[in-house]
Amino acid sequence: MFLNQISVFLENRTGRLDEVLETIKVNDINILSLSLADTSDYGLLRMIVSDAEKCKSVLKEAGFSAHLTPVIAVKLSHQVGQLQAILAEIDKAGMNIEYMYALATGNNDASIVIRTADVEETTRALEKIGVELVRSSDLV
Amino acid sequence: MIWNETKECMSRDEMNNLQSKRLVKLVDRVYHNVEFYRKKMQELGIEPGDIRGIEDLEKLPFTTKNDLRDNYPFGLFAVPQSQIVRVHASSGTTGKATVVGYTKKDIDIWAECVARAFAQAGLNRDDIIQVAYGYGLFTGGLGAHYGAEHLGATVVPMSTGNTKKLTTMMKDFGATAIACTPSYLLHIAETLEADGDLDKIKLKAAICGAEPWTEAMRKQIEEKLHINAFDIYGLSEIMGPGVACDCIYHKGLHVYEDHFLPEIIDPETLKAVPEGVTGELVFTTLTKEGIPLLRYRTRDLTSISYDKCECGRTLARISRFKGRSDDMLIIRGVNVFPSQVEAALLEMGEASPHYMMIVDRVNNLDTLEIQVEVDEKFFSDKISELENLTKKIAHVIQQAIGLAAKIKLVEPKTIERSMGKAVHVIDKRKLV
Repeated sequence: MFLNQISVFLENRTGRLDEVLETIKVNDINILSLSLADTSDYGLLRMIVSDAEKCKSVLKEAGFSAHLTPVIAVKLSHQVGQLQAILAEIDKAGMNIEYMYALATGNNDASIVIRTADVEETTRALEKIGVELVRSSDLV
Repeated sequence: MIWNETKECMSRDEMNNLQSKRLVKLVDRVYHNVEFYRKKMQELGIEPGDIRGIEDLEKLPFTTKNDLRDNYPFGLFAVPQSQIVRVHASSGTTGKATVVGYTKKDIDIWAECVARAFAQAGLNRDDIIQVAYGYGLFTGGLGAHYGAEHLGATVVPMSTGNTKKLTTMMKDFGATAIACTPSYLLHIAETLEADGDLDKIKLKAAICGAEPWTEAMRKQIEEKLHINAFDIYGLSEIMGPGVACDCIYHKGLHVYEDHFLPEIIDPETLKAVPEGVTGELVFTTLTKEGIPLLRYRTRDLTSISYDKCECGRTLARISRFKGRSDDMLIIRGVNVFPSQVEAALLEMGEASPHYMMIVDRVNNLDTLEIQVEVDEKFFSDKISELENLTKKIAHVIQQAIGLAAKIKLVEPKTIERSMGKAVHVIDKRKLV
């Protein structure tokens, strides 16, 4: 029930992000969300795309270090306290959140991408309280 | 001032006679006391009696740094360990140190040679000399120290690491000379300048060595500090600092050839090249007891001149070094081989890593950056893991080369692949 996120290692050099995006575009892959984590020397680009496997192989062919990482995407309605309630549940299950970022899915709701040490365990905990998760079939 | 006029100003004939006599004795000594040399000479079909003087030098086998490593630690020593009063060590190609041993007489001769160098720099017993080479296994600190004491000067054993204390004492003690690496001296000069202390010092000379430097850098030091800067050369395998040093005319480094017999060879053919032609410097230690070496290949490229110098010395002079015939780097006085870095990275994973060493000089101090490609093996989706990886590589490299390096992770395939011999080093320091 989790999504495959694509992670790309990027040096802090002008034009590198553009080259990644160009590779993705010419291969007709749609980006649904991305987050960029940076350090002084390099960055990590994390993306949810329409076809993660294909994205990984085309990026590798183009010479990038690309990796697939399982993450959970949770649907949130636009109501106060929604995110907090979900995080409290993850906390209760004893899971530590490694990183998270927003994912655009529709006009009436939002989604959040969450990476924890144990994605399966976290999925179970969230499904128990009836949280709606984004499936990879939702992304195409 | 000439410290030992008899030896430093003797005629070429007298010098050659002295060298020949000492060489004959040396060959006899190593043949009978060092198994390594006895075997080598037997393989070449020569006996001590075949060497009657320096004209027979070519018949003798070469010695390399690898030979010292293969006979680690004391295999090449020519005297029982009870006669060894000190050992020094420098880094080798695979992390194993190159160990050398000294008898009491070796230490005395070493002090004599360094004293000659200091006298050449115009120093005497009235001087206060700060020794700011590292003290320890490295020969720089103790070598300069014993030489300065032998000269009769007042020695301040600073070692390295605390520049503020050094500049304070330089002012307070009225130090007249300093012995340290040239890049460290420039750093000291900048510290003095920043503190507005340049006119509060009494420094008149600096004896610099242990790393390659240029004539331009020497002049820069002289102008900045209003001193005379001298170039001292040495290597632990032969003795340490004090194998050669330049004089006030700065027209090459006088080799103390009554103790260290120099040759210049073509590193490919191993044949002697004519006077004035650049080749690899080779030394035979004529008087050394602890670890005497026959025809040790220094890998340093230079040329030699036997003309009498304007200073009056007749000692052979070697020119400023023009590079090396191997890939050894000298970074902050530490000998570093790219193969050490490679071996360390290989130990971390199965595949051969792609890496590039970038050596530079920032604010007159050598810097080392090692770029490592983040491929499948190293990739992680987590910044914390990438940071841990960086730290781990830095630690492993430091263990291997004894030098802190900045580790930079780079994208795969960004380090240039070369056809044939891989290029693993970019040296941005302008040294030649």
